[in-house]
Parts: sequence; structure tokens; C-alpha cells
Amino acid sequence: MNKPVSPDELITDEDGPLYAPRKKVFPQSVSGRFRSIKWRLMIVCLGVYYFLPFVRWHRGLGAPNQAVLIDFPNSRFYFFFIELWPQEVYYFTGLLVLAALTLFLMNALGGRIWCGYLCPQTVWTDLFYAVERLVEGDRRAQIKADAGPMTVKRAGRRLLKHAIWLVIAWWTGGAWVLYFADAPTLVHDLATFQAPAVAYIWIAALTASTYLLAGHMREQVCVYMCPWPRIQAALTDEWALNVTYKYDRGEPRCSVKKAFDIRSLGEKAGDCIDCNQCVAVCPTGIDIRDGAQLGCIQCGLCIDACDAVMTKVSRKTGLIGYDNDINVQRRVAGKQEIFKPVRARTVVYASLITIVCAVMLYALMSRTLLDVNVLHDRNPIAVRLSDGEIRNGYTIRFLNKRGFDRVIAIDVDGPADAKLHVIGADSVTPDRPMIVIGRDTTTELRVLVTAPFDEKAEKSVPVTFRVTDIGLGEVASATDHFVLP
Amino acid sequence: MSEHDEIDRVSGRSTTGHEWDGIKELNTPLPRWWVLTFYATIIWAIGYWVVYPAWPLVSGYTTGLFQYSTRASVVTDLADLEKLRGEKMAVLGNASLADIEKDPALLALARARGKTVFADNCAPCHGSGGAGAKGYPNLNDDDWLWGGSLDQIMQTIQFGARSGHAKTHEGQMLAFGRDGVLKKDEIVTVANYVRSLSGLSTAPKFDAAAGKKIFTENCTSCHGDNGKGNQEVGAPDLTDKIWLYGSDEDTLVETITNGRAGVMPAWVGRLDPVTVKALAVYVHSLGGGK
Repeated sequence: MNKPVSPDELITDEDGPLYAPRKKVFPQSVSGRFRSIKWRLMIVCLGVYYFLPFVRWHRGLGAPNQAVLIDFPNSRFYFFFIELWPQEVYYFTGLLVLAALTLFLMNALGGRIWCGYLCPQTVWTDLFYAVERLVEGDRRAQIKADAGPMTVKRAGRRLLKHAIWLVIAWWTGGAWVLYFADAPTLVHDLATFQAPAVAYIWIAALTASTYLLAGHMREQVCVYMCPWPRIQAALTDEWALNVTYKYDRGEPRCSVKKAFDIRSLGEKAGDCIDCNQCVAVCPTGIDIRDGAQLGCIQCGLCIDACDAVMTKVSRKTGLIGYDNDINVQRRVAGKQEIFKPVRARTVVYASLITIVCAVMLYALMSRTLLDVNVLHDRNPIAVRLSDGEIRNGYTIRFLNKRGFDRVIAIDVDGPADAKLHVIGADSVTPDRPMIVIGRDTTTELRVLVTAPFDEKAEKSVPVTFRVTDIGLGEVASATDHFVLP
Repeated sequence: MSEHDEIDRVSGRSTTGHEWDGIKELNTPLPRWWVLTFYATIIWAIGYWVVYPAWPLVSGYTTGLFQYSTRASVVTDLADLEKLRGEKMAVLGNASLADIEKDPALLALARARGKTVFADNCAPCHGSGGAGAKGYPNLNDDDWLWGGSLDQIMQTIQFGARSGHAKTHEGQMLAFGRDGVLKKDEIVTVANYVRSLSGLSTAPKFDAAAGKKIFTENCTSCHGDNGKGNQEVGAPDLTDKIWLYGSDEDTLVETITNGRAGVMPAWVGRLDPVTVKALAVYVHSLGGGK
């Protein structure tokens, strides 16, 4: 039984909110090895994303000359020398498998390389941070302004920052739609307000999502929204290198002066001088010295910050670095560090990547550019002609994946003395039916196969339609059945 | 609610004053956002009544300011479809039947249109694939009562057979038995003779000479001296392997006794000329076209 509780003793929501309030992050600018790697990767990633639609690739007359194009109206995907039809979309399955395995391999070798350097969320957030620092000043200035009152100058700067953010976000959305239509034409149409509404809608949606994700949500996307940190933690092992604070070297933390004193007494002092630079530069606002954690995207900026400080205080760099707990323990025990990039896990991932690559390459090389499908008439299955012969009707569909028209001949292998009759083709070429199939398209034909009636023959015999490109000699065939009534 | 202003000791909330077996109901008002949304829906509903059809009246209903009607939009949608189709099919109207068959693009268009029209209008008798049934010709084979050229097929579709249209195909199989022209045993004899024309087995005591005599006297005027038939009057070829009603003796006796006069309706006026054209091309392309 519940006892009556006096109102004074009630437990209320005032214990605290259900959600942790966001800690504002003002990452400080930093320079160094990893920062310059990140700048370069950002330039490459964004450069590819923003400018790839403008790269031209000549495919011949009548075909689009955009190197990378997802052509929905005509259901084609163009990637430089590759042109995929909708039924070949399984290549993308291969790409996705490849992407997943590469992610796993990166994780097994160097932790969250994807998160720290390549993930769009990281790249765009990094860019937005750079803009923020450019306009509103570095960490200190931002913290000071944030604590102080809103002034006209500050409001102006903030407005400028958001304006630049929006321009970047808008360009991001704009680049996206360029992958789905001829880029120069679409740019012109967009500028003159003649582009289809769907283009504007997509630009608006992606502008909003970029502005929101990179400008406002930032590290919260990684900490709260992204599934990869959770999966990553489950996929990693003790040998994977992660951005690690080498606490065996760093602890106990003490100031430079105190460390000098301790060392002069011949005792061990930690290298960490507790300057907090690693925290100041962190884009997700965590303290790497707390060990591996969900919020750490392993961008390596704390390594740069720490190295700079270590150089200043004349200590060895690398207090924070790519390392793992095994080596920390070994150093504590006075043993040699060991690194095992080659181990069962990485070998398996690498082999799987090789296999998937090989399979995809084979599938791509051996894909047919001439194909034929056949469908037997359902009703009637067989027709008896006036002279007693039996006829079966078929619908045949040809696929010409080449960029030019071609003449193909159709032959049939099937019941004895079978005659082939192609509706619409035989008046021109009665002996061996030939038709022209248009470039980069499919053609459907009605085909009749007639054979003498033989009571002793099987009720159903295989019939193979062979199509031969007269010019190139390419052959494709499809098999169905010839059925007696 | 002042008379119920009792404060619940546990929750610190006021009660409604309702009490059942000592259990008092707390006053838990709806959230403000909920109430506002509710009011908004009421206002929306009133607006909806004004602009859209809403209330039934004695004869009719309130039509609303927008004059919206799903029935009216069906009519306009259908009209739009007809217009669109008319534009697409105009090329067929301008081309001759032979030209349509020669041009792959026109052929594909005509076949596509013909196929849907066939399914809507012809399939009930001729079957979804034109395979026919007893009394309804198979349109896939090469045996034609009224001719299997493109023009002849189109003629038959337009005006039908024994349809009552002024230009329809005429001619019928007489009821030789019912009208007393032939006696029962003569009918059996000539039925066996007809079977022999296409190489089918005959009854053991069949008199071929008598059969031929009866056939020559009664049947050749329509079916021809050799029984090859006559497409002018829709008389089938009796020497081939295709039988519209059946080739067994009983069926033949029935045919000769009671006659046959299957009807194909005239489609002119029911289908527009371009559609009939497409239909003719489609039927011709089923395989049996001459």
C-alpha cells in the first residue's frame, strides 16, 4: 500500500532535466601536422563535391557529356567511362559493401579515421568553425563575447557569420542538384529562374540541412545522432591505434616549474603540464586525457596542440598520439612498444576488399552491351495453323547499351525445321530477320516460331533466340520453350 | 469551480469534485496547445464547409465556393486523356495501314494502343490473347473467315459480320436439317465426307461417292468445289486443320442440321477510326495476318 506523502516530501522533476544542456564548444585554432592533413583533405573532398559536376566527358553525339551524372528521366547513371542501366544498380550494392569494409579496415588500423578526417559532417563543421573564427575571432574572443552583452558590433559579426554559413550551405545544396542534370545548363536555368521546382526544393532542403548540421548541431550529430561511434566501439579491438593520451608519460600532471623541481630530486614527473590546450582545440569539446570516449572523433587536433606545447617546454612530442592501451601497459612494464597492423582482422578485411573489388571489376568488364530477353505468349500458348503446323508467339526485348545504332540478325535454334518470323522485320530481310536497334535503348519485337506438328515430339522443347550484331559480331541469346497444344 | 476547490494532498492539485468510493478525480486540464489546436480545427472545419461541398440538402448539397467536384474532375480528366491520346495517335491516322506495319516506331505504337483496346473490347469473345473459343475465331492462326489482310481485318472490325450494319459481312450456313433440305442420313454422310476433305477418319460404312454428290449439290455454292471456302460469304475452308465449332461427326451434324451464324458486332462509331486502325494492325500482328 502506498502511504500518503505530504506535499513537502514529493519528488518532483526538479531533480534536473532529462537532457543534458549543451556545452558550448569554442575550439581554438591550431596548426600542425594533423591540421594541415585536415586542411588538404577538406580541399580535396569539397573540391570534388563542388566541382565534379562541371567535369566533362565526351560520350559521342546525343549522349550527355557530363562525367558524373545521375539521369533520372532517362534512367541512366554515368560515371566517366561507365554507363549503368537501372537493372545494373546492383553495382551500388558492391560499392556499399566496399565502403563498409573500407570503414572497418580503417577502424582496425587507425580508429575513427573516417570520423576525424573524411566524414561530411566533420568536413563541413570544420569549414564552418573556420568561418566562425575568421569572423568572430578565436576561442578567447568568442568566449568573452559570449559572456558579455550583445553589442551592435557583435550582432553585426554574428550576422555576417550566418550569412557566410548560409552561402556555403546554399552552394552545397546547389552542387547536389548539379549531379542530376547537365550542370552548366542547370546553373543557367537556376540563375534565370527557369529550373524545375524540384531543383529549388532540393537546394532549399540541403541548404537548411547543411546550415543546421554544420552550423548549429555540429558535435551533437556525432555524439547523439550518428550510429557509427556505437558500431565502431563494438568493431574495434585492442590493437587498433586510436588518438590516445599516453598517461604513462603524462601523469602525474604538474606545472613546468614543479616538474623541474621534482625531476631535479631525481623523481618521475609527468610530462602533462595541464595547460588544457588539448581541450581548447577539441571540436567536440572533450578532454582526451579522460581516455577513449564516444565524443572523440579522433581528428588529431589535440596531437598538434600538445606537440606544440611539448616543443615549447622542451619535452619530447607525442604525449598525445596514435597509440593503444597495450603499448601504454608495455611501457609501464618497461617493455618495447609493438604495433601490429597485420593481424587476422585486418588481413580478413583487406582480403574481403580485394575479393569484392575483383568481383566488381569482373562484373564490370564482362557486362554485356547487347542483351536479349524473351517472354513466351501466355495466351494462346500454342497456335495450330491451317496446314497443321504449330506456332508459338514470343515477345523479345533487345537491349543496346552502346552509344550507336546497330543492325542485328536474329536466329533461332529449337524444334526441327523451325521457321522464324519477326513482325515488322521480315518484309525487308526474309531469310534472316534483321532489325536496327537504336543507340542506348531497348526495342521490343513480336516473334513467331513455326514448326511442323509431330505427334511423337515432346510437348515442350527448348528454343534459343540468338541475336548477332552484324557489325561487331557481338552475340547474345535467350532461351525459352516451344510448346505444343 | 470554487465549491470544489479542494487541494489533493498527495499531488498538490485541485480536484474536480467527482468522487467514487472515496477516490477523487484530480482536475487535470488539457494542455493549452491541445485546446488551441482543437479550436483551430473547428475554425478549419467551418472554412472547409464554406469552400468545399459539405452539407446534404433536400435535393442536392452545398457545393462550396470552390465548386469542387470529383465527378466533374473525372470528366475533365478523361477529356484530357482523350486529347493527349488524340495527339499521340495522330501519326497513326495519317499513315496507311501498310506504312504502319513497315515503320517499327508506328508499329510499336499501334500495337500498344491495339493491345489495350483489344483487352477492353474484344477479349470477352476472342480471349485476352486472341485465342478465341468455340464459335469465336482464333485470331492468332492463319485461317480467316472474312480475309486476313490488313484491309480485310479493318473492314471486319469496322462493320462486323451479320451485325445489322449496312456494310456488314453477310452470308450464313444454312440449316439443312431443320429446314428439311437434307435428311438425317444424308447429313451424316456429308458430314463424313467433309471430314475426309481434311484427311480426318470417316465412319466404317461411309459412302464417299454419295457424300460427294450431296456436297456438290448443296455445299459447293458457298464452300467451293474443293471445299476451300469463300471469304466473300464467310464460308470456311473445310480442307484445313482449323475448325471453328469442332470437327467431330456430332458437331458437324449439328452444324449442318441447324446452320451457323456467329455475329461480330460493328465497331465503327463505337471506336474512333484511329483506334480501329491500331486494332487492325494489332490483330494482324498477332501472327495470322496475310
